[in-house]
Amino acid sequence: MIAMMVERTPILDTCTYIFLMVGICVVGFPIFYAITAATLPLDQVARVPMPLVPGDQFLINIHAAWNKVHLGRQLVNSFIMAAGITFGKIVVSMLGAFSIVYFDYRFRKVAFATVFCTLMLPVEVRILPTYEMAANLLGPLQWLVNVLHLNPAVQWVVGNNFEISLEWSLLNSYTGLILPLVASATCTFLFRQFFLTIPEELCEAAKLDGASPMVFFWKILLPLSVTNIAALVVIEFVYGWNQYLWPLLITTSPNMTTAVIGLKDLIPQADDVPMWNVAMAGSLLVMAPPVLVVLLMQRWFVKGLVEKEK
Amino acid sequence: MIKRSHFKANALAYLLITPQVLVTLAFFYWPAIQGLLQSLMLSDPFGRRSQFVWLENFVRIFTDVLYLKSIGITLFFSLATALVSLAIGLAIGCLANRALRAKALIRTLLIWPYAVAPAISGILWLFLLHPSYGVVAYFLKNVVGMHWNPLLNGNDALFLVVVASAWKQISYNFVFFMAGLQAIPLSLIEAAAMDGAGPLRRFWVITFPLLSPTIFFLTVMNIIYAFFETFGVIHTVTQGGPGGATNTLVYKVYQDGFIGLNMGASAAQSLVLMALIITVTVLQFRFVERRVQYTT
Repeated sequence: MIAMMVERTPILDTCTYIFLMVGICVVGFPIFYAITAATLPLDQVARVPMPLVPGDQFLINIHAAWNKVHLGRQLVNSFIMAAGITFGKIVVSMLGAFSIVYFDYRFRKVAFATVFCTLMLPVEVRILPTYEMAANLLGPLQWLVNVLHLNPAVQWVVGNNFEISLEWSLLNSYTGLILPLVASATCTFLFRQFFLTIPEELCEAAKLDGASPMVFFWKILLPLSVTNIAALVVIEFVYGWNQYLWPLLITTSPNMTTAVIGLKDLIPQADDVPMWNVAMAGSLLVMAPPVLVVLLMQRWFVKGLVEKEK
Repeated sequence: MIKRSHFKANALAYLLITPQVLVTLAFFYWPAIQGLLQSLMLSDPFGRRSQFVWLENFVRIFTDVLYLKSIGITLFFSLATALVSLAIGLAIGCLANRALRAKALIRTLLIWPYAVAPAISGILWLFLLHPSYGVVAYFLKNVVGMHWNPLLNGNDALFLVVVASAWKQISYNFVFFMAGLQAIPLSLIEAAAMDGAGPLRRFWVITFPLLSPTIFFLTVMNIIYAFFETFGVIHTVTQGGPGGATNTLVYKVYQDGFIGLNMGASAAQSLVLMALIITVTVLQFRFVERRVQYTT
């Protein structure tokens, strides 16, 4: 640690640490309070103000939350969705960036522009049409059939009782939860920038040695990208796990929705028994996986966050 | 841009880019075009009949008192959220930057709220600020002496969602401020200290101006976050209520389109949001100096 040449009075240093502790406590208080509430029995959590000493009912409350809503199934759903988005995004954008940076073809710039234009278009600004698209993935083809008046033509050819009806619904499916969120201009952009910094000699050497593009990708590009991938895994896993609006739209059955959405049913309403202990236990359980990922992969998380927005 | 040393174009190149382009076309462009068309149409809730009405939907939403109110609420909500989380993030970032010991531990203790879903942050704060059971609400009522009821009072509800949204974002701002602060050359701070500038003066004269690109970038990101990603907070905690006091623009699109089945109005509102975010993105690209270095 380099000692700064600025004044370091004991008073100033003490103040720094005191304020820092206050800050950490303020930031951490909601979670401390949630943990306390999650360990208390109902009669204590309903007392005003609630005691701030943890109790011993944590597992019982977790169990209650687990049984009250479909939390087990929903946690599995959340995991599949988060893992699917993470994996899909990284694969799709890495291959895309590889194509854009390492191949010269006519539509290269068009493809890049097409993807790049969607850089900042969250699902929130195109709710209904995206939902309609997911409700019938073949909608555009059906539209084409209708516009070209293929139905009358086909009917004329094969007889009267024939109609082309194209339907492939993604509602209440894992594909529906994952696929629409897999395209990411930011990830593609990130990989593109990274690939551009890789020395030219590597590709030249690979080509001299007669390596095919995919061998170059597997043997050189992929190993070099490991830290970038690790950073993106953290960011995208958290992103996928914490999705709210899209799973809310695309799933209707409690068995297919995600844990973050399922939690809503644990919030005590006006006339309910105020089971805040169960609500807090459930909240802690659902927030645990992404929090653990961030804490355990802290170094990559900070790198990913800062690089992604650069 | 392309590598000087690259592979010959072949079917593989197209194959590699196909998934990305297909998903983008299917879930970005097609919906965007559909949205554009829908915003110019008036259709019945079941989508059986629709009529081309030009800009009537836009005229209608911009003369709708509820929509104008929602714009006001969203502006206040996002500015307040951005301001609160930026101020606290900057303060904690500066303090943490001054600390010599336990830096890793301090960072660990401050970054985890980033991973908490906005909706869960909403639940935590709803409990803390619950008029009957919350400990912070108890404090506000009995020590500060406020009439506090976010379930019935619109301003209190807005305060609740601002706090819940800002809390989660403190970590995000903290990470960027730490990175920004570490990039400030120590020599500048030392020189100012030798000239007799105290810590506060050094902050305002040196640190703050040098951090301004970070602050600008974070302001934009926080406002975008408050606009779009706080849907979960609103949906779990207030559902836009009480009396529409927390009905933000994104929540209103969802409510009008998905619950109310008013396709035209919802599409028009989506389009307004889309125009807004495109403007912000373009402005950001214009004004933020790109620090990326390409080596070719």
